[in-house]
Amino acid sequence: MQLSNRSNRLLRPPKPWFVYLSLFIGLVLSYVPFGHRPGIPDWAALVLVFWCIREPQYIGMGIGFFLGILVDIGHGTPMGQHALAYVVLAFIANGLARRIMWFPSLLQALHVLPMLLVAQALMAGVRVFVGEEFPEWNYFLSSIVGAALWLPLTYLLLLPQFQPVDRDENRPI
Amino acid sequence: MPVSNFQTHPVFRRGVSPKVRLLIYITVCVVMLVADLRFRYMEPLRGYLFTAASPVSTVASESAKLVSNATEHFSSLTDLQDENVKLRQYRLEGAERLLRFDELEQENVKLRELLGMRKKTPVKSIAAEVLYNVPDSSSRKVILDRGKKAGITHGLAVVDADGLLGQVTRVYPTQSEVTLVTDRNQAVPVQVMRNGLRGVMFGTGQGLRTLGDVSKRWQQAVQSDIGPGSLELRFVLANADIKPDDVLVTSGLDGIFLPGFPVAKVESVDREAGDFAHIACRPLGGVEKSLRVLVLGRSELPPSPPRPETGEPPLPVLPKAQQPGGRD
Repeated sequence: MQLSNRSNRLLRPPKPWFVYLSLFIGLVLSYVPFGHRPGIPDWAALVLVFWCIREPQYIGMGIGFFLGILVDIGHGTPMGQHALAYVVLAFIANGLARRIMWFPSLLQALHVLPMLLVAQALMAGVRVFVGEEFPEWNYFLSSIVGAALWLPLTYLLLLPQFQPVDRDENRPI
Repeated sequence: MPVSNFQTHPVFRRGVSPKVRLLIYITVCVVMLVADLRFRYMEPLRGYLFTAASPVSTVASESAKLVSNATEHFSSLTDLQDENVKLRQYRLEGAERLLRFDELEQENVKLRELLGMRKKTPVKSIAAEVLYNVPDSSSRKVILDRGKKAGITHGLAVVDADGLLGQVTRVYPTQSEVTLVTDRNQAVPVQVMRNGLRGVMFGTGQGLRTLGDVSKRWQQAVQSDIGPGSLELRFVLANADIKPDDVLVTSGLDGIFLPGFPVAKVESVDREAGDFAHIACRPLGGVEKSLRVLVLGRSELPPSPPRPETGEPPLPVLPKAQQPGGRD
């Protein structure tokens, strides 16, 4: 499994439709009303940061911007709140992509955690700008849960790339 | 001057540097935020995009509903029969009151004519269904399945069988957004039914403070039950005549809400907090529970308050976007 650059295994290149489909699924998940439970990860941001680290040449600030606008529409938040956070998130993730890929998965998750925290802090900042109170600490729980999901997410989203070039009927993955 | 004769490979053509692009995007975002929050320029665009994205959000919310209602789908026959019996009984009781209501209303009209009083403003009501909660965790809003086409306008009150739920804050062509009374930014002018004492009711957004609360909050969210203290009656003096179990109804003083709708019940009164009493309340309506609601409003605006005579400072005028009713 090539979860970092230290691995010997070569992965197939990702299919663009799969990348966009996974971003779309992240968006749909972020539209799901989970009630007001603390610690629900920001799915869209999580998928975005994954592809920003894996494919920094293709997925970046532009995609983050549009994704953020769509999340803003669904959440009824001020236009630009999520967009701003996702643009900054994509910038940091793109910039650190080459470095992060040399670490094992656990340390990758530790890199992702502060990125998600920065994005959440930006959104909280926008809310304070609007005139709401700064959210309580458990608001940031969702970033921690998101970072904890890094390893399962990596396996899930890299699944199509694990396919061998010569397709084996008995072992599809 | 080029050092070598090699053509630069496209791989090295980077375009605008990431930092510059970041700056551009941040500027665009900030401009959009200001345009949306300060000037409300973004509402039409938001309306279009919301309508375009509504299939996605419907799919998302329906799937969530499916999971949460799974237990309900498999509820036993006896439960349903029990509920049926209860509903029939409720209907019977209601019918009796309704019959008297017609008579009383006619009597009221006649008495008002006799007294030469202004007629009560007619009421329009639109039945609607709650599609889903807005997923944003900091606000308490729901989306209804009726919008501008059904005649819903900005500022109408939303009620269920037991009391006030909230107010329409955004209108899309086929859907509308309702801010619930428990939202931090929602205020309702109310009065105590017992003695007519007036106050303003605010939502608290219901925060939680400690780690121990997290599991409690999970349970609460699962039951989607509103605990005590989700509403707060502010600006009532510490020595005012108010006590637990008082029922608060809308006073209608704002000219938006119709008077007399039950809103909340007083849970606790703390008179030691300062000049104003700290009064925690619990909503009477099924806030965040009811799925079928009624959107109510005056079909015409009430007369505007009289202009003050010269010599007195003029009353503060609300900016246009916040003016009650906000019909355009």
